[in-house]
Amino acid sequence: MERKIRVLIAKPGLDGHDRGAKVIARALRDAGMEVIYTGLRQTPEQIVSAAIQEDVDVIGLSILSGAHNHLFPRVVELLKQSGAENVLVFGGGVIPEEDIPFLKSKGIAEVFGPGTPTSKTIEFIRANLKRPLN
Amino acid sequence: MYDLIRRCIEGDVRAVARLITLLESGDREAYAALYRLKDHAGRAQVIGITGPPGAGKSTLADKLIAQFRSRGLKVGVLAVDPSSPFSGGAILGDRLRMQGHATDPGVFIRSLAARGSLGGISKATHAAIRVLDAAGYDIVLVETVGVGQSEIDIVRVADMVVLVSVPGLGDDIQVIKAGIMEIGDIFVVNKADRDGADRVVREIRAMLELQAQLKRGQTPEGGPDTLAARAPEFLHHTGLAEGWQPKAGNESGAPGEKESITTPKPGVLPEAGTVSAALVNQEAGTISAALIIPPVLKTIAETGDGVKELADAIFSHFETLSRTGELERKRLESIRYQLGQFVSNEIVHLMSLPELAAAQDELAHKVFSRKMDVYSAGIALFHTIIEQGASHEHPQA
Repeated sequence: MERKIRVLIAKPGLDGHDRGAKVIARALRDAGMEVIYTGLRQTPEQIVSAAIQEDVDVIGLSILSGAHNHLFPRVVELLKQSGAENVLVFGGGVIPEEDIPFLKSKGIAEVFGPGTPTSKTIEFIRANLKRPLN
Repeated sequence: MYDLIRRCIEGDVRAVARLITLLESGDREAYAALYRLKDHAGRAQVIGITGPPGAGKSTLADKLIAQFRSRGLKVGVLAVDPSSPFSGGAILGDRLRMQGHATDPGVFIRSLAARGSLGGISKATHAAIRVLDAAGYDIVLVETVGVGQSEIDIVRVADMVVLVSVPGLGDDIQVIKAGIMEIGDIFVVNKADRDGADRVVREIRAMLELQAQLKRGQTPEGGPDTLAARAPEFLHHTGLAEGWQPKAGNESGAPGEKESITTPKPGVLPEAGTVSAALVNQEAGTISAALIIPPVLKTIAETGDGVKELADAIFSHFETLSRTGELERKRLESIRYQLGQFVSNEIVHLMSLPELAAAQDELAHKVFSRKMDVYSAGIALFHTIIEQGASHEHPQA
Protein backbone atom coordinates (compact mmCIF):
# COMPACT_ATOMS: atom_id res chain seq x y z
CA MET A 1 0.00 0.00 0.00
CA GLU A 2 1.31 3.44 -0.85
CA ARG A 3 2.27 5.85 1.91
CA LYS A 4 1.11 9.44 2.05
CA ILE A 5 3.74 12.12 1.51
CA ARG A 6 4.19 13.86 4.87
CA VAL A 7 5.56 17.40 4.96
CA LEU A 8 6.53 19.60 7.90
CA ILE A 9 6.13 23.31 7.24
CA ALA A 10 7.98 25.46 9.75
CA LYS A 11 9.06 29.02 10.24
CA PRO A 12 12.44 29.31 11.91
CA GLY A 13 13.63 32.65 13.13
CA LEU A 14 11.90 35.65 14.55
CA ASP A 15 9.79 37.20 11.81
CA GLY A 16 6.06 36.98 12.25
CA HIS A 17 4.87 36.61 8.68
CA ASP A 18 3.39 33.20 7.98
CA ARG A 19 1.16 33.92 5.02
CA GLY A 20 3.53 32.28 2.55
CA ALA A 21 3.93 29.24 4.78
CA LYS A 22 0.15 28.88 5.07
CA VAL A 23 -0.35 29.22 1.31
CA ILE A 24 2.16 26.46 0.60
CA ALA A 25 0.67 24.27 3.37
CA ARG A 26 -2.74 24.63 1.79
CA ALA A 27 -1.44 23.91 -1.71
CA LEU A 28 0.33 20.74 -0.55
CA ARG A 29 -2.82 19.63 1.25
CA ASP A 30 -4.76 20.04 -1.99
CA ALA A 31 -2.09 17.96 -3.71
CA GLY A 32 -2.98 15.09 -1.35
CA MET A 33 -0.10 15.47 1.09
CA GLU A 34 -0.32 15.45 4.88
CA VAL A 35 1.06 18.74 6.11
CA ILE A 36 2.14 19.26 9.69
CA TYR A 37 2.11 22.96 10.40
CA THR A 38 4.25 24.00 13.36
CA GLY A 39 3.85 27.74 13.20
CA LEU A 40 6.02 30.72 13.98
CA ARG A 41 9.36 31.21 15.70
CA GLN A 42 10.63 27.66 15.75
CA THR A 43 14.20 26.81 16.65
CA PRO A 44 16.07 24.36 14.39
CA GLU A 45 16.04 21.92 17.35
CA GLN A 46 12.24 22.08 17.63
CA ILE A 47 11.85 21.66 13.88
CA VAL A 48 14.10 18.60 13.64
CA SER A 49 12.62 16.98 16.73
CA ALA A 50 9.10 17.43 15.32
CA ALA A 51 10.20 16.13 11.90
CA ILE A 52 11.50 12.93 13.48
CA GLN A 53 8.44 12.31 15.64
CA GLU A 54 6.18 12.99 12.68
CA ASP A 55 8.34 10.81 10.40
CA VAL A 56 8.09 13.31 7.54
CA ASP A 57 9.54 12.97 4.05
CA VAL A 58 9.99 16.69 3.56
CA ILE A 59 10.67 19.84 5.58
CA GLY A 60 9.70 23.20 4.10
CA LEU A 61 11.29 26.21 5.81
CA SER A 62 9.99 29.70 5.30
CA ILE A 63 11.90 32.74 6.45
CA LEU A 64 11.76 36.46 5.87
CA SER A 65 14.06 37.75 8.56
CA GLY A 66 17.36 37.28 6.74
CA ALA A 67 18.73 34.64 9.10
CA HIS A 68 18.45 31.87 6.50
CA ASN A 69 22.23 31.41 6.05
CA HIS A 70 22.47 30.44 9.67
CA LEU A 71 19.16 28.65 10.36
CA PHE A 72 18.66 26.57 7.18
CA PRO A 73 22.06 24.79 7.32
CA ARG A 74 21.55 24.21 11.05
CA VAL A 75 18.36 22.23 10.33
CA VAL A 76 20.20 20.03 7.81
CA GLU A 77 23.07 19.53 10.23
CA LEU A 78 20.74 18.47 13.08
CA LEU A 79 18.94 16.05 10.76
CA LYS A 80 22.29 14.44 9.94
CA GLN A 81 23.21 14.22 13.61
CA SER A 82 19.91 12.46 14.30
CA GLY A 83 20.46 9.99 11.46
CA ALA A 84 17.52 11.43 9.53
CA GLU A 85 19.35 12.57 6.41
CA ASN A 86 16.70 11.02 4.16
CA VAL A 87 14.46 14.03 4.77
CA LEU A 88 14.24 16.44 1.83
CA VAL A 89 14.67 20.07 2.92
CA PHE A 90 13.57 23.04 0.84
CA GLY A 91 13.36 26.73 1.63
CA GLY A 92 11.20 29.68 0.75
CA GLY A 93 10.65 33.30 1.63
CA VAL A 94 12.74 36.33 0.96
CA ILE A 95 16.14 34.96 0.07
CA PRO A 96 18.66 36.88 -2.07
CA GLU A 97 19.73 35.12 -5.28
CA GLU A 98 23.40 35.21 -4.28
CA ASP A 99 22.75 33.20 -1.09
CA ILE A 100 21.18 30.26 -2.94
CA PRO A 101 24.42 28.51 -4.05
CA PHE A 102 25.67 28.61 -0.47
CA LEU A 103 22.41 27.15 0.88
CA LYS A 104 22.45 24.40 -1.74
CA SER A 105 26.03 23.53 -0.81
CA LYS A 106 24.77 23.11 2.75
CA GLY A 107 22.14 20.56 1.76
CA ILE A 108 19.06 22.71 1.09
CA ALA A 109 17.63 20.93 -1.96
CA GLU A 110 15.91 23.96 -3.48
CA VAL A 111 14.90 27.52 -2.67
CA PHE A 112 11.60 28.94 -3.91
CA GLY A 113 11.33 32.70 -3.99
CA PRO A 114 8.21 34.88 -3.93
CA GLY A 115 5.92 34.30 -6.90
CA THR A 116 6.91 30.66 -7.46
CA PRO A 117 3.80 28.79 -8.67
CA THR A 118 2.81 26.23 -6.00
CA SER A 119 2.63 23.58 -8.75
CA LYS A 120 6.39 23.92 -9.16
CA THR A 121 6.98 23.17 -5.48
CA ILE A 122 4.61 20.20 -5.60
CA GLU A 123 6.38 18.73 -8.66
CA PHE A 124 9.74 19.30 -7.04
CA ILE A 125 8.70 17.40 -3.90
CA ARG A 126 7.27 14.46 -5.85
CA ALA A 127 10.39 14.19 -8.01
CA ASN A 128 12.95 14.45 -5.22
CA LEU A 129 11.67 12.36 -2.30
CA LYS A 130 14.55 10.59 -0.63
CA ARG A 131 12.66 7.48 0.39
CA PRO A 132 10.20 5.35 -1.54
CA LEU A 133 6.45 5.62 -1.03
CA ASN A 134 5.91 1.88 -0.88
CA MET B 1 10.82 -5.57 11.22
CA TYR B 2 12.04 -7.44 14.29
CA ASP B 3 14.80 -4.88 14.73
CA LEU B 4 12.31 -2.01 14.41
CA ILE B 5 10.06 -3.51 17.09
CA ARG B 6 13.02 -4.08 19.40
CA ARG B 7 14.09 -0.47 19.02
CA CYS B 8 10.50 0.68 19.74
CA ILE B 9 10.46 -1.27 23.00
CA GLU B 10 13.75 0.39 23.89
CA GLY B 11 12.03 3.73 23.34
CA ASP B 12 13.93 4.77 20.19
CA VAL B 13 11.98 7.79 18.91
CA ARG B 14 12.78 7.26 15.22
CA ALA B 15 11.72 3.62 15.40
CA VAL B 16 8.45 4.54 17.12
CA ALA B 17 7.77 7.19 14.47
CA ARG B 18 8.55 4.80 11.62
CA LEU B 19 6.44 1.96 13.01
CA ILE B 20 3.46 4.31 13.34
CA THR B 21 3.94 5.32 9.68
CA LEU B 22 3.89 1.67 8.63
CA LEU B 23 0.76 1.01 10.68
CA GLU B 24 -0.92 4.08 9.18
CA SER B 25 -0.13 2.76 5.71
CA GLY B 26 -1.79 -0.56 6.58
CA ASP B 27 1.48 -2.49 6.30
CA ARG B 28 0.44 -6.10 7.01
CA GLU B 29 3.92 -7.13 8.09
CA ALA B 30 3.96 -4.36 10.70
CA TYR B 31 0.56 -5.40 12.07
CA ALA B 32 1.66 -9.01 12.18
CA ALA B 33 4.76 -8.01 14.17
CA LEU B 34 2.74 -6.13 16.80
CA TYR B 35 2.33 -9.28 18.87
CA ARG B 36 5.95 -8.80 19.93
CA LEU B 37 4.81 -5.74 21.87
CA LYS B 38 2.40 -7.65 24.07
CA ASP B 39 4.76 -8.23 26.98
CA HIS B 40 5.38 -4.49 27.15
CA ALA B 41 1.79 -3.32 26.85
CA GLY B 42 -1.02 -2.37 29.20
CA ARG B 43 0.97 -0.03 31.40
CA ALA B 44 0.04 3.33 29.89
CA GLN B 45 -3.02 5.24 30.98
CA VAL B 46 -4.88 6.20 27.84
CA ILE B 47 -6.77 9.48 28.00
CA GLY B 48 -9.00 10.71 25.21
CA ILE B 49 -9.70 14.40 24.70
CA THR B 50 -12.66 15.19 22.53
CA GLY B 51 -14.99 18.08 21.81
CA PRO B 52 -16.07 20.43 19.03
CA PRO B 53 -13.60 22.22 16.71
CA GLY B 54 -12.03 25.23 18.37
CA ALA B 55 -13.05 24.20 21.89
CA GLY B 56 -9.40 24.35 22.94
CA LYS B 57 -8.53 20.64 22.96
CA SER B 58 -4.96 21.12 21.71
CA THR B 59 -4.25 24.01 24.06
CA LEU B 60 -5.66 21.99 26.93
CA ALA B 61 -3.53 19.02 25.87
CA ASP B 62 -0.47 21.28 25.82
CA LYS B 63 -1.14 22.39 29.40
CA LEU B 64 -1.95 18.85 30.53
CA ILE B 65 1.37 17.61 29.12
CA ALA B 66 3.11 20.14 31.38
CA GLN B 67 1.11 18.85 34.36
CA PHE B 68 2.00 15.24 33.67
CA ARG B 69 5.66 16.12 33.09
CA SER B 70 5.80 17.98 36.40
CA ARG B 71 4.71 14.70 38.01
CA GLY B 72 7.60 12.89 36.32
CA LEU B 73 5.49 11.01 33.77
CA LYS B 74 6.46 10.39 30.14
CA VAL B 75 3.73 11.49 27.75
CA GLY B 76 2.85 10.27 24.27
CA VAL B 77 0.36 12.32 22.27
CA LEU B 78 -1.64 11.28 19.23
CA ALA B 79 -3.42 14.25 17.68
CA VAL B 80 -5.94 13.47 14.97
CA ASP B 81 -7.10 16.00 12.37
CA PRO B 82 -9.41 15.48 9.40
CA SER B 83 -8.30 14.40 5.93
CA SER B 84 -9.76 16.02 2.85
CA PRO B 85 -12.37 13.73 1.29
CA PHE B 86 -11.42 15.32 -2.03
CA SER B 87 -7.63 15.36 -2.21
CA GLY B 88 -6.83 12.95 0.63
CA GLY B 89 -4.46 15.58 1.98
CA ALA B 90 -4.59 17.13 5.43
CA ILE B 91 -3.43 20.07 7.47
CA LEU B 92 -2.33 18.71 10.82
CA GLY B 93 -2.32 21.75 13.07
CA ASP B 94 -2.80 20.41 16.60
CA ARG B 95 0.92 20.14 17.10
CA LEU B 96 1.25 23.90 16.67
CA ARG B 97 -0.13 24.41 20.21
CA MET B 98 2.19 21.82 21.71
CA GLN B 99 5.49 22.72 20.05
CA GLY B 100 6.84 23.99 23.38
CA HIS B 101 7.30 20.32 24.28
CA ALA B 102 9.00 19.38 20.98
CA THR B 103 12.50 19.03 22.39
CA ASP B 104 11.51 17.39 25.68
CA PRO B 105 12.72 13.77 25.44
CA GLY B 106 9.89 12.74 27.78
CA VAL B 107 7.24 13.83 25.27
CA PHE B 108 6.41 12.27 21.90
CA ILE B 109 3.84 14.02 19.75
CA ARG B 110 2.48 12.51 16.57
CA SER B 111 -0.16 14.02 14.28
CA LEU B 112 -2.46 11.56 12.55
CA ALA B 113 -4.78 12.30 9.66
CA ALA B 114 -8.21 10.68 9.95
CA ARG B 115 -7.82 9.19 6.42
CA GLY B 116 -11.49 8.67 5.79
CA SER B 117 -12.50 7.41 9.24
CA LEU B 118 -15.56 9.23 10.49
CA GLY B 119 -15.53 8.30 14.17
CA GLY B 120 -13.15 11.05 15.32
CA ILE B 121 -9.93 9.00 15.27
CA SER B 122 -8.04 7.22 12.51
CA LYS B 123 -7.96 3.50 11.81
CA ALA B 124 -4.37 3.21 13.01
CA THR B 125 -4.94 5.10 16.27
CA HIS B 126 -5.47 1.99 18.37
CA ALA B 127 -2.29 0.35 17.08
CA ALA B 128 -0.34 3.60 17.57
CA ILE B 129 -1.49 3.71 21.21
CA ARG B 130 -0.11 0.20 21.71
CA VAL B 131 3.23 1.25 20.22
CA LEU B 132 3.54 4.27 22.54
CA ASP B 133 2.50 2.11 25.48
CA ALA B 134 5.18 -0.46 24.70
CA ALA B 135 7.76 2.31 24.14
CA GLY B 136 7.37 3.29 27.78
CA TYR B 137 5.09 6.34 27.74
CA ASP B 138 3.16 6.45 31.02
CA ILE B 139 0.34 8.53 29.62
CA VAL B 140 -1.03 8.37 26.10
CA LEU B 141 -3.15 11.39 25.28
CA VAL B 142 -5.37 10.98 22.23
CA GLU B 143 -6.87 14.16 20.84
CA THR B 144 -9.73 13.49 18.42
CA VAL B 145 -10.69 15.56 15.43
CA GLY B 146 -13.11 18.35 16.29
CA VAL B 147 -16.32 16.39 16.73
CA GLY B 148 -20.01 17.08 16.35
CA GLN B 149 -22.57 14.87 18.02
CA SER B 150 -21.85 11.29 17.12
CA GLU B 151 -18.13 10.70 16.64
CA ILE B 152 -17.50 8.49 19.63
CA ASP B 153 -14.84 5.98 18.54
CA ILE B 154 -12.49 7.44 21.15
CA VAL B 155 -14.47 5.64 23.84
CA ARG B 156 -13.40 2.34 22.23
CA VAL B 157 -9.69 3.01 22.58
CA ALA B 158 -9.26 5.23 25.65
CA ASP B 159 -9.42 4.28 29.32
CA MET B 160 -11.22 7.52 30.00
CA VAL B 161 -12.59 10.43 27.99
CA VAL B 162 -12.33 14.12 28.78
CA LEU B 163 -15.13 15.90 26.96
CA VAL B 164 -14.35 19.55 26.30
CA SER B 165 -17.19 21.99 25.81
CA VAL B 166 -17.34 25.77 25.58
CA PRO B 167 -20.00 28.38 26.33
CA GLY B 168 -22.34 29.46 23.60
CA LEU B 169 -22.99 26.26 21.66
CA GLY B 170 -26.66 25.77 22.35
CA ASP B 171 -29.34 25.30 24.93
CA ASP B 172 -29.92 22.57 27.48
CA ILE B 173 -31.53 20.26 24.93
CA GLN B 174 -28.10 19.85 23.35
CA VAL B 175 -26.70 18.29 26.50
CA ILE B 176 -29.40 15.63 26.81
CA LYS B 177 -29.07 14.42 23.22
CA ALA B 178 -27.68 10.98 22.59
CA GLY B 179 -24.13 10.48 21.42
CA ILE B 180 -21.15 12.51 22.40
CA MET B 181 -22.56 13.68 25.73
CA GLU B 182 -22.79 10.06 26.88
CA ILE B 183 -19.09 9.27 26.65
CA GLY B 184 -17.50 11.79 29.01
CA ASP B 185 -15.78 10.53 32.18
CA ILE B 186 -14.79 14.09 32.97
CA PHE B 187 -16.53 17.15 31.54
CA VAL B 188 -14.59 20.33 30.97
CA VAL B 189 -16.09 23.71 30.20
CA ASN B 190 -13.17 25.53 28.63
CA LYS B 191 -12.91 29.26 27.93
CA ALA B 192 -14.62 29.61 31.29
CA ASP B 193 -13.95 33.35 31.36
CA ARG B 194 -16.62 33.77 28.71
CA ASP B 195 -20.24 34.61 29.36
CA GLY B 196 -22.45 31.65 29.96
CA ALA B 197 -19.80 29.28 31.29
CA ASP B 198 -21.62 28.74 34.56
CA ARG B 199 -24.84 28.03 32.73
CA VAL B 200 -23.16 25.31 30.66
CA VAL B 201 -21.70 23.81 33.85
CA ARG B 202 -25.15 23.78 35.45
CA GLU B 203 -26.79 22.24 32.40
CA ILE B 204 -24.20 19.48 32.12
CA ARG B 205 -24.48 18.74 35.82
CA ALA B 206 -28.24 18.64 35.66
CA MET B 207 -27.97 16.20 32.77
CA LEU B 208 -25.50 14.00 34.65
CA GLU B 209 -27.60 13.97 37.81
CA LEU B 210 -30.72 13.08 35.86
CA GLN B 211 -28.79 10.32 34.15
CA ALA B 212 -27.65 8.94 37.50
CA GLN B 213 -31.21 9.03 38.81
CA LEU B 214 -32.52 7.19 35.78
CA LYS B 215 -29.83 4.58 36.13
CA ARG B 216 -30.51 4.23 39.83
CA GLY B 217 -34.12 3.43 39.03
CA GLN B 218 -32.88 0.57 36.87
CA THR B 219 -30.50 -0.90 39.41
CA PRO B 220 -32.16 -4.17 40.44
CA GLU B 221 -31.07 -4.36 44.06
CA GLY B 222 -30.88 -0.61 44.13
CA GLY B 223 -34.11 0.91 45.24
CA PRO B 224 -34.33 4.62 45.74
CA ASP B 225 -31.92 4.71 48.63
CA THR B 226 -28.87 3.22 46.97
CA LEU B 227 -27.57 6.42 45.53
CA ALA B 228 -28.17 8.27 48.75
CA ALA B 229 -26.26 5.63 50.65
CA ARG B 230 -23.38 6.13 48.33
CA ALA B 231 -23.59 9.88 48.36
CA PRO B 232 -20.23 10.45 50.01
CA GLU B 233 -18.60 8.42 47.28
CA PHE B 234 -20.31 10.39 44.54
CA LEU B 235 -19.68 13.70 46.15
CA HIS B 236 -16.09 12.70 46.34
CA HIS B 237 -15.95 12.19 42.61
CA THR B 238 -18.09 15.04 41.48
CA GLY B 239 -16.39 17.70 43.45
CA LEU B 240 -19.75 18.70 44.84
CA ALA B 241 -18.46 18.15 48.33
CA GLU B 242 -16.29 21.21 48.33
CA GLY B 243 -18.70 23.91 47.39
CA TRP B 244 -18.68 23.47 43.69
CA GLN B 245 -21.02 26.32 42.94
CA PRO B 246 -19.23 29.22 41.36
CA LYS B 247 -19.02 31.93 43.96
CA ALA B 248 -21.61 34.62 43.90
CA GLY B 249 -20.12 37.99 43.15
CA ASN B 250 -17.34 36.50 41.07
CA GLU B 251 -18.72 37.93 37.85
CA SER B 252 -16.56 35.95 35.48
CA GLY B 253 -16.91 32.74 37.44
CA ALA B 254 -13.37 32.12 36.33
CA PRO B 255 -11.28 29.31 37.66
CA GLY B 256 -8.12 30.18 39.43
CA GLU B 257 -10.54 30.83 42.25
CA LYS B 258 -9.14 27.66 43.67
CA GLU B 259 -11.94 26.78 46.06
CA SER B 260 -14.55 26.92 43.34
CA ILE B 261 -12.99 24.22 41.21
CA THR B 262 -10.70 22.30 43.47
CA THR B 263 -10.90 18.55 43.18
CA PRO B 264 -11.67 17.18 46.60
CA LYS B 265 -8.79 15.56 48.37
CA PRO B 266 -9.32 12.09 49.74
CA GLY B 267 -10.18 12.17 53.38
CA VAL B 268 -11.91 15.54 53.27
CA LEU B 269 -15.24 13.87 53.78
CA PRO B 270 -15.71 12.07 57.02
CA GLU B 271 -15.16 8.39 56.44
CA ALA B 272 -15.38 8.70 52.69
CA GLY B 273 -12.66 6.13 52.27
CA THR B 274 -14.40 3.73 54.66
CA VAL B 275 -17.68 4.01 52.89
CA SER B 276 -16.25 3.30 49.50
CA ALA B 277 -14.09 0.44 50.75
CA ALA B 278 -17.12 -1.09 52.39
CA LEU B 279 -19.07 -0.78 49.18
CA VAL B 280 -16.35 -2.46 47.21
CA ASN B 281 -16.20 -5.35 49.66
CA GLN B 282 -19.93 -5.66 49.86
CA GLU B 283 -20.37 -6.00 46.16
CA ALA B 284 -17.07 -7.66 45.36
CA GLY B 285 -15.72 -4.65 43.54
CA THR B 286 -18.66 -4.35 41.23
CA ILE B 287 -19.64 -0.73 41.69
CA SER B 288 -20.93 0.18 38.31
CA ALA B 289 -19.26 3.08 36.59
CA ALA B 290 -22.76 4.09 35.67
CA LEU B 291 -23.17 5.18 39.25
CA ILE B 292 -20.14 7.43 39.29
CA ILE B 293 -21.27 10.91 38.42
CA PRO B 294 -18.58 12.50 36.23
CA PRO B 295 -17.09 15.75 37.50
CA VAL B 296 -17.64 18.98 35.56
CA LEU B 297 -14.63 21.31 35.67
CA LYS B 298 -14.01 24.80 34.40
CA THR B 299 -10.75 25.68 32.67
CA ILE B 300 -9.15 28.51 30.76
CA ALA B 301 -6.63 26.51 28.73
CA GLU B 302 -5.00 29.63 27.32
CA THR B 303 -3.83 30.74 30.78
CA GLY B 304 -3.70 27.29 32.33
CA ASP B 305 -6.37 28.10 34.92
CA GLY B 306 -8.04 24.97 36.22
CA VAL B 307 -5.69 22.59 34.41
CA LYS B 308 -3.96 21.36 37.56
CA GLU B 309 -7.40 20.52 38.97
CA LEU B 310 -8.22 18.71 35.72
CA ALA B 311 -5.05 16.63 36.03
CA ASP B 312 -6.00 15.83 39.64
CA ALA B 313 -9.47 14.78 38.53
CA ILE B 314 -7.96 12.56 35.82
CA PHE B 315 -5.76 10.73 38.32
CA SER B 316 -8.57 10.49 40.82
CA HIS B 317 -10.78 8.97 38.16
CA PHE B 318 -8.09 6.46 37.21
CA GLU B 319 -7.84 5.50 40.82
CA THR B 320 -11.60 4.90 40.92
CA LEU B 321 -11.47 2.94 37.68
CA SER B 322 -8.79 0.57 38.93
CA ARG B 323 -10.23 0.24 42.43
CA THR B 324 -13.68 -0.70 41.15
CA GLY B 325 -12.43 -3.09 38.48
CA GLU B 326 -13.98 -0.80 35.90
CA LEU B 327 -10.63 -0.27 34.14
CA GLU B 328 -10.31 -3.98 33.40
CA ARG B 329 -13.89 -4.18 32.25
CA LYS B 330 -13.38 -1.23 29.90
CA ARG B 331 -10.16 -2.61 28.49
CA LEU B 332 -11.73 -6.00 27.90
CA GLU B 333 -14.66 -4.31 26.17
CA SER B 334 -12.22 -2.34 24.03
CA ILE B 335 -10.39 -5.53 23.04
CA ARG B 336 -13.69 -7.19 22.09
CA TYR B 337 -14.46 -4.18 19.92
CA GLN B 338 -11.01 -4.20 18.32
CA LEU B 339 -11.39 -7.90 17.55
CA GLY B 340 -14.64 -7.18 15.78
CA GLN B 341 -13.02 -4.32 13.89
CA PHE B 342 -10.12 -6.53 12.91
CA VAL B 343 -12.45 -9.16 11.47
CA SER B 344 -14.41 -6.53 9.51
CA ASN B 345 -11.17 -5.11 8.14
CA GLU B 346 -9.98 -8.59 7.16
CA ILE B 347 -13.22 -9.24 5.30
CA VAL B 348 -12.89 -5.93 3.47
CA HIS B 349 -9.32 -6.87 2.64
CA LEU B 350 -10.34 -10.33 1.36
CA MET B 351 -13.04 -8.80 -0.81
CA SER B 352 -10.41 -6.72 -2.55
CA LEU B 353 -8.57 -9.88 -3.69
CA PRO B 354 -9.06 -10.53 -7.42
CA GLU B 355 -10.75 -13.95 -7.07
CA LEU B 356 -13.35 -12.57 -4.68
CA ALA B 357 -13.89 -9.42 -6.70
CA ALA B 358 -14.62 -11.77 -9.61
CA ALA B 359 -17.05 -13.83 -7.52
CA GLN B 360 -18.78 -10.63 -6.40
CA ASP B 361 -19.03 -9.49 -9.99
CA GLU B 362 -20.51 -12.81 -11.10
CA LEU B 363 -23.11 -12.79 -8.33
CA ALA B 364 -24.00 -9.17 -9.10
CA HIS B 365 -24.75 -10.18 -12.67
CA LYS B 366 -26.94 -13.05 -11.47
CA VAL B 367 -28.95 -10.67 -9.33
CA PHE B 368 -29.17 -8.19 -12.17
CA SER B 369 -30.54 -10.83 -14.57
CA ARG B 370 -32.94 -11.99 -11.83
CA LYS B 371 -31.45 -15.46 -11.52
CA MET B 372 -30.81 -14.75 -7.86
CA ASP B 373 -31.97 -12.29 -5.27
CA VAL B 374 -29.53 -10.01 -3.50
CA TYR B 375 -29.86 -11.75 -0.11
CA SER B 376 -29.07 -15.28 -1.24
CA ALA B 377 -26.29 -13.90 -3.45
CA GLY B 378 -24.95 -12.11 -0.37
CA ILE B 379 -24.99 -15.33 1.64
CA ALA B 380 -23.23 -17.18 -1.19
CA LEU B 381 -20.57 -14.46 -1.35
CA PHE B 382 -20.13 -14.55 2.40
CA HIS B 383 -19.48 -18.31 2.31
CA THR B 384 -16.95 -17.84 -0.47
CA ILE B 385 -15.20 -15.20 1.63
CA ILE B 386 -15.06 -17.50 4.65
CA GLU B 387 -13.57 -20.33 2.56
CA GLN B 388 -11.07 -17.94 1.06
CA GLY B 389 -10.21 -16.59 4.50
CA ALA B 390 -9.53 -20.10 5.80
CA SER B 391 -6.94 -20.69 3.11
CA HIS B 392 -5.51 -17.21 3.55
CA GLU B 393 -2.01 -16.73 4.90
CA HIS B 394 -1.64 -16.26 8.64
CA PRO B 395 1.41 -14.04 8.95
CA GLN B 396 1.87 -14.78 12.65
CA ALA B 397 1.51 -18.56 12.57
